Amino acid sequence: MKTILKAVKITVILLLLVSAYQVASTYFVTAVAQITMPDKANGSLLYVDGQLVGSELIGQSFTSPGYFHGRPSAKDYEGHESAGSNLGPTSAKLMEQVSQRVEQVRRENGLAADAPVPADLVLASASGLDPHISVKSAMLQVPRVANTRGLPEAVVRSLVNGHIEPPQFGILGAEKVNVLKLNLALDKLTRGN
Amino acid sequence: MTLQILVYIFVIGAGLGLAVPYGRFMARVFGGERNLLTPVIRPVERWVYKVCGIDENTEMTLKTYILTLLVFELLGAILVFAVMMLQGVLPLNPQEHPALRWDRALNLAVSFVTNSNYQPYVGERELTYMSYMLGVLVQDIISPSVGLAVIVTMARCFSRGSSPTIGNFWVDLIRGMLYIWVPLTLLLVFPLISQGVIQNMNAYVVAHPLEGGEQLIPGGPAGIITAFKLLAEDGNAWSGVSAAHPFETPTGLSLYLHMGYILFVPAAITFMVGWLTKNRKITVALFSTMLLLFALSMPLPFLGEFGGNPLLQQLGVQGGVSMEGKEVRFTLFEHVVFLVTAMAPANGSTLAQLSSVMPLSILQVIFNLGIGAPIFGCIGTGSLTMIHYFIVSMFLAGLMTGRTPELIGKKLDLREVVLACTSFLMSSFTALGFSAIALSTPAGLAAMSNTGPRGLTEVVYVFISTSINNGSFMAGLDVTQPFYNLATILPMLGGRFSTLIVGLLIGGSIARKGKIPISAASLPVASPLFIIFVIFVIIILSGLSFFPVLTLGPILEQLMMQAGITF
Repeated sequence: MKTILKAVKITVILLLLVSAYQVASTYFVTAVAQITMPDKANGSLLYVDGQLVGSELIGQSFTSPGYFHGRPSAKDYEGHESAGSNLGPTSAKLMEQVSQRVEQVRRENGLAADAPVPADLVLASASGLDPHISVKSAMLQVPRVANTRGLPEAVVRSLVNGHIEPPQFGILGAEKVNVLKLNLALDKLTRGN
Repeated sequence: MTLQILVYIFVIGAGLGLAVPYGRFMARVFGGERNLLTPVIRPVERWVYKVCGIDENTEMTLKTYILTLLVFELLGAILVFAVMMLQGVLPLNPQEHPALRWDRALNLAVSFVTNSNYQPYVGERELTYMSYMLGVLVQDIISPSVGLAVIVTMARCFSRGSSPTIGNFWVDLIRGMLYIWVPLTLLLVFPLISQGVIQNMNAYVVAHPLEGGEQLIPGGPAGIITAFKLLAEDGNAWSGVSAAHPFETPTGLSLYLHMGYILFVPAAITFMVGWLTKNRKITVALFSTMLLLFALSMPLPFLGEFGGNPLLQQLGVQGGVSMEGKEVRFTLFEHVVFLVTAMAPANGSTLAQLSSVMPLSILQVIFNLGIGAPIFGCIGTGSLTMIHYFIVSMFLAGLMTGRTPELIGKKLDLREVVLACTSFLMSSFTALGFSAIALSTPAGLAAMSNTGPRGLTEVVYVFISTSINNGSFMAGLDVTQPFYNLATILPMLGGRFSTLIVGLLIGGSIARKGKIPISAASLPVASPLFIIFVIFVIIILSGLSFFPVLTLGPILEQLMMQAGITF
């Protein structure tokens, strides 16, 4: 009993100390991060003419033909609800979804009825917020976007080329295209005309 | 990919290489010797002892040590529970999240305290900043320190001659927090933030997407939580999707930092055990067994993920690449090595969504978890589990060759062997027992969204993962329901305390024995023969208990997938 009472007393004090430390250290780390790298610490936010349009790291839903489309998302790009589809590799539901998406991609982009479609464009991301697509998926959409916007394909293609992000330091991660940034550039280009 | 293989080997090599000097440092810390941080931290340590009324020079008996640990864990759980129930009215709640439901709060209290960090919720949608600090982060530093205290105690019991006491719980605990976790996390959090991991306490901001509508961009102290998640093996993520969230792994470098951090401390512990017991052979044996099992965990997931999904290929998906539940900013290679790196040591953070990975990948993950996650493992409990296997293997090998079973200069008797067996049989028992309950009750079955072999795998997975305090789950199973919130509590408690208490009981029993001199009759623990023997013992004793489930789950699924059958 004496052992337990002593343990209770020490535990209470110690939990108070640890709580105080974790609050203080969280604020300390936050303060240092906010002073030295505020852009990163706040979520790499993107502003256009002073208006917040999103984050470089968080994907957005694009469905109109004049924009490059991102990956399917289990939660339709709800910013605060990250989630994957959690459908397994033998899920009939998944196969049905994929089959519809493949048809849609082929239809929207005028592909042949048996043309293979890049996996990332028809399969949902892990986070539901994936901001990127593969270079192949971007190139496949060039004719559609150019047509809709009345731009020469070559112009759109070179815009995509300019937005290919190589792996970090040339080796870490994959080659990819940031959909939101590409679409922002596209809007700027169209407005410039 | 060749380049990435080299980079991966370099990163893992660096993590493991740095673990060598760090293990020496840890041994100095827990041995109470002067070390690099003594000038800075020793005064703080003394102050904490004074404030708490701890006498650092008195040691505890086995009974007192266990009682103290239990009281500490119980009150810790009550604190988490209270914070989660009160978060609606506590400050730092800019999103006005309500209190958690009681069954969820109870589940989280047990989950955090047992270092399972099983998280059946979407953090950024449900937790307030106060809950992150007082619930998540407080246990993030406490629970690995408790695990560390127990492995330190066990090492101490092996290293000394006959002694009635086993050490001072408070001293072991406080040293772990002050010398290990505080400096490591404060130092290693900034490289993560520099890559784009968020660290703020702002209200969520409303963005205006190009196609109209609104998008909430979440905030939060993800940096510091991620640092603890990786270094302290908490696996406690800021977001619902863990390492898949672009705010947790924004870049390639951030992913490789994740992998280096994950293996660092558990590997250092194997070196620490060697220094504390003044027996390098035990380190060689622990480290090489773990590394071998780690390497052996690679081939199956590689085969699975690179093999592609024939069902997808038929539908016109290029190469049948299984991109479902994966992110474009990482290569398939990186998804596979992250899966193995994070799941072999029971860290539990996930990049590829487990419910969507290929059957062969999940087969390997379930095997690694089912054997109790001794491959580097959680802080303390990983090495403890491996030592339990060593004890049983020593005993079996002793029987086969007619030699006296001994480990690190102490004779092993029936008591130690029985205790060690209890530890890992307990987790197989709770894992399979609760799976059976879930599979035979409507409430358990109602939560399944994937059916067929994957549905079965998901139910068994959640109970294996909680039984060994890994805490990851396959989210195809809706574990947010009260049934799973309550049914996973006992496995988490059973898994955690069977490992820790058994570790302490073995320690206490070993402590009473005198050292025996190493003779020709002792089995060499660091020999390749013994290491291979241990691996077979692991497969036969633990791996095989999951064999029926693996057959009906991932193996059957693989065959069905090849045959083109869907569910």
